[in-house]
Amino acid sequence: MTKGRFGSYGGQYIPETLMNAVLEVEKAYHTWRADPEFRQELDGLLKNYAGRPSLLYFARKMTADLGGAKIYLKREDLNHTGSHKINNVLGQVLLAKKMGKTRVIAETGAGQHGVATATAAALMGLECEIFMGREDTERQALNVFRMELLGAKVHPVTSGTQTLKDAVNETLREWVSRVEDTYYVLGSVMGPHPFPTIVRDFQKIIGEEIRRQLMEAEGRLPDMIIACVGGGSNAIGAFYDFIPDTQVQLIGCEAAGLGVDTPKNAATIAKGSVGIFHGMKSYFCQDEYGQIAPVYSISAGLDYPGIGPEHAMLADHARVTYIPVTDAQAVEAFEYLSRTEGIIPAIESAHAVAYACTIAPKMPRDRILVINISGRGDKDVAAIARYKGVDLHE
Amino acid sequence: MSRIQQVFSRGKAFIPFVTAGDPELGVTARIIQGMAEAGADLIEIGIPFSDPVAEGIVIQKADERALASGTTTDGIFEMVSRVREQTDVPLAFMTYINPVFVYGVEPFVRRAAGVGIDALIVPDLPFEEKDELQPVCRACGIDLISLIAPTSRERITRIAAEAEGFVYCVSSLGVTGVRKEITTDVGEMISLVKAVKNIPCAIGFGISTPEQARAMAEKADGVIVGSAIVRMMEQYGKDCVHPVTEYVRTMKRALQANAQGN
Repeated sequence: MTKGRFGSYGGQYIPETLMNAVLEVEKAYHTWRADPEFRQELDGLLKNYAGRPSLLYFARKMTADLGGAKIYLKREDLNHTGSHKINNVLGQVLLAKKMGKTRVIAETGAGQHGVATATAAALMGLECEIFMGREDTERQALNVFRMELLGAKVHPVTSGTQTLKDAVNETLREWVSRVEDTYYVLGSVMGPHPFPTIVRDFQKIIGEEIRRQLMEAEGRLPDMIIACVGGGSNAIGAFYDFIPDTQVQLIGCEAAGLGVDTPKNAATIAKGSVGIFHGMKSYFCQDEYGQIAPVYSISAGLDYPGIGPEHAMLADHARVTYIPVTDAQAVEAFEYLSRTEGIIPAIESAHAVAYACTIAPKMPRDRILVINISGRGDKDVAAIARYKGVDLHE
Repeated sequence: MSRIQQVFSRGKAFIPFVTAGDPELGVTARIIQGMAEAGADLIEIGIPFSDPVAEGIVIQKADERALASGTTTDGIFEMVSRVREQTDVPLAFMTYINPVFVYGVEPFVRRAAGVGIDALIVPDLPFEEKDELQPVCRACGIDLISLIAPTSRERITRIAAEAEGFVYCVSSLGVTGVRKEITTDVGEMISLVKAVKNIPCAIGFGISTPEQARAMAEKADGVIVGSAIVRMMEQYGKDCVHPVTEYVRTMKRALQANAQGN
């Protein structure tokens, strides 16, 4: 088996033109990850720039209202730029800088990763170009302007389904065209090796903090951690530290769109099959001939036909349970958390909140459940208004 | 010597590409016959993929048209099988790893061999991952073609040592598509290959004119043209057979003139 495998998943299925670039990233990461100065610089940025550690907040009202398990929220929404994406981006952009790259490119779905990348590029003085499906530039217009404010150039992608999958295609095409001075900041635990490992390593701080913070608050580990899954970076970040603690149930919520029995969903584990795409062997939504399916979710960040290779392995091993959550359930949870706790979650994170609302009442009161609130929902307010038929003039 | 290597034993090879099913498989069959009659030495048949990351906009659109017309891998096998009754021109499939993997590597390669395919080109299957296909291809007598790129540098030696059939030299950075000029030192790439193994080298990506083909053929054993042909198919639709055939004839003549000139 070749490098970068999670069981049989992962690998490096990319054009020859990119192989040396990817091997160079692998080598640089191997060198710098162990470098005390790099670590110190990154830790400083995470603390003083991103605002880590993020809070672990006891959701008292929600717990009382649901009447079951104690609910804690891991507040990744409070990070600078408003989501967990900054954890990975600060690490990768710092790596790009150490490698002597002068330009970074990235794909984005909801715009969270694009905003984070544009932010880190501004901070570290690198040129930045973001590729975003045209449909997503419309659903997330605010984030487009935000990236431009940060000095990035945003390219609307008009090929294919004009969403996250196509943004990844176009970023790969751009990287093939200009590889020498350019670093591709991949936004999730996906793509060719070493990206699934690099992104997971930069995100696992979420779970490490949950462990420490909950030990302080409750003196024990949680019984369940729930996170939403598109490519799967916030989920792997929250789960990774707990994988050996088999008493901790890990739940990934994938986007069921209009329902897993309709063609309009992005529930990769529920509906997908094993394939090889975007550099990795994993599960994908696709037809019998291996044509990638045009997936759908209200959430631009989960609207992706694949899932990271480590999740594919964790699903096969049944270490993580993947649950499909529909648009309707997510929107209801979006409103519920806003009303109940005064916290507006990203519509992506609302998928995790939705499952928590179903499962928490069924759990005894002495159980502890942690929901990873991967991002804040300001970016989604206009889209949710549209979903509800409210005519909003921004 | 494999059928593929024989292609290059008759002078500089011209290798045109066609996306299967654009605008429909009946037209593809006629194009392949037309290309063969016009002197194509090897024909690359593209199996369309929903997300062709190595392709520029011209071939992306062709893949979209082909899939929209209902083209499937099984339909392409049937078309090739019918074409094989008319011509013995060597044929290669060009596609991405996912359509092969999801069809099933063994059923795919076995069926390809059965309908008379000689080689397989998979741009998102680099050297490191070629075991995904190579053992089955060997068992079925199909050459799995290795690609080298301007960024390959020291990798070329390793890739060439294990290459089969011919080496596909990617002329430029970037995706497929017509280019005004090719600035890469392809001559050096090819000499690195030849230092390791006596295997034919064909250059693709960006070539469209007889002049470019002639210039490239001075350095290589063959020239591959894709987007320039696909653009004609976009322009002429179902009436593309004649213009494409004439184009192939012109390009082949350019390469023959080149051989005589040297």
